[in-house]
Amino acid sequence: MDMNLDFSFYNWDLISNFVLKGLYFSLMLTVVATIGGVIFGTVLALMRLSGKKWLEVPATIYVNGMRSIPLVMVILWFFLLVPATFYGIFGSIGRDYRAEMSAVITFIAFEAAYFSEIMRAGIQSIPRGQVFAGQALGMTYGQNMKLVILPQAFRNMLPVLLTQTIILFQDTSLVYAIGAYDMLKGFEVAGKNYGRPIEAYLAAAVIYFVMCYALSWAVKRLHQKIAIIR
Amino acid sequence: MSWDWQVFCEDTIERQVVQGCFGKGGDITYLDWMLSAWGWTVSVSVLALVLALIVGSFIGTLRTLQGRPVIVRLGNAWVELFRNIPLLVQIFLWYHVVPTLIPVMQGVPGFVLVVLALGFFTSARIAEQVRSGIQALPRGQRYAGLAMGFTTFQTYRYVLLPMAFRIIIPPLTSETMNIFKNSSVAFAVSVAELTMFAMQAQEETSRGIEMYLAVTACYIVSAFAINRIMAFIEKRARVPGLIVAGGSGGH
Repeated sequence: MDMNLDFSFYNWDLISNFVLKGLYFSLMLTVVATIGGVIFGTVLALMRLSGKKWLEVPATIYVNGMRSIPLVMVILWFFLLVPATFYGIFGSIGRDYRAEMSAVITFIAFEAAYFSEIMRAGIQSIPRGQVFAGQALGMTYGQNMKLVILPQAFRNMLPVLLTQTIILFQDTSLVYAIGAYDMLKGFEVAGKNYGRPIEAYLAAAVIYFVMCYALSWAVKRLHQKIAIIR
Repeated sequence: MSWDWQVFCEDTIERQVVQGCFGKGGDITYLDWMLSAWGWTVSVSVLALVLALIVGSFIGTLRTLQGRPVIVRLGNAWVELFRNIPLLVQIFLWYHVVPTLIPVMQGVPGFVLVVLALGFFTSARIAEQVRSGIQALPRGQRYAGLAMGFTTFQTYRYVLLPMAFRIIIPPLTSETMNIFKNSSVAFAVSVAELTMFAMQAQEETSRGIEMYLAVTACYIVSAFAINRIMAFIEKRARVPGLIVAGGSGGH
């Protein structure tokens, strides 16, 4: 049995050939899913808080449904259901990167459910007096939300939002299920090509750990900063 | 397109519809296969949950010890380590790396390795819940225990932990549901659980929608069952006269 670890095969060429491509995709997926998830999540949260049954019920079913299914299953579902013609819109990119595009759609749809719960808690944390004050000033619902409620809510939930983004970054590794090329895949391919899978997995774990630990440390700092100002 | 639910009654080898939907004499139908996969999902999840509860409670308690900064730091390091590496990577580490580096682990079946991976991953989250549960208690509780002449161990055993565990039942409920959902990641190392079944049966039968729907239903039923069981435990464990401790479940 070969127990000697050998990391010497790691060099810049290998990293830029295999790993960076995956890292770009992981980061891109995280950023796009966060932005998309926050936008659709806000819509879902507003639907659930609208007090209108026909908006509330579908949004609640969607959010609770997404939250009770494993992410891997959601990834598989979207990969199965989104028809090939959809990818055709994007020409050859759509055909070559079908798994990657499917992953992007999935993560936006999936994270919207989680972000909407964070949003809802954030909006509900605003004192009712703020809503009434806005209304008393003659603001419409839209103005009140845009100018009074949402800016405060976003600030309140920023730390939770960023923590969710770190979880999202970790979850991007699950696109493994449909063979999309993310950072983990990059390490795996590199490890297979050089016959060093053990070192590849170890390196992947270290890189993920360093990135996530640094991010969560930054979020903690930010949390303290916001807490002091208030 | 049309539904074809009969596919579940088909033999997995000859693809012939079997009378009564359950295979006889060693043959299995897709329904049999799915139910056994559900069994694997439940086994992985329950065993990992037991491991996570034991390790997580222990680590979480250590992190609240007073006057023991080294132990607290070690506990924090444990949590950070298991929380900041994606579960899939951790499963690969247990499955591929650990048996190579630690010869004793070589004969261990993949199922056990996945339980270890999922259990330790979740233990970090449970440690965090236990710690915040203990810290949510008024400081006077600890002092009262010590003033009664209890040792530190007795203070935890008789005063702090019984209260802390009741407070954290709601977040533990969502952790339990998370374990069931996270067990799906075991597909990556070929444990025959539900997601693995969904992927393979979809490929074999080309009846992806039916297969996925059935598997999704299994997951939803599992989640609902856990929710009810935990609600029952919460009701039974409630301290009479105490206002129910509010706590929103994490995710």
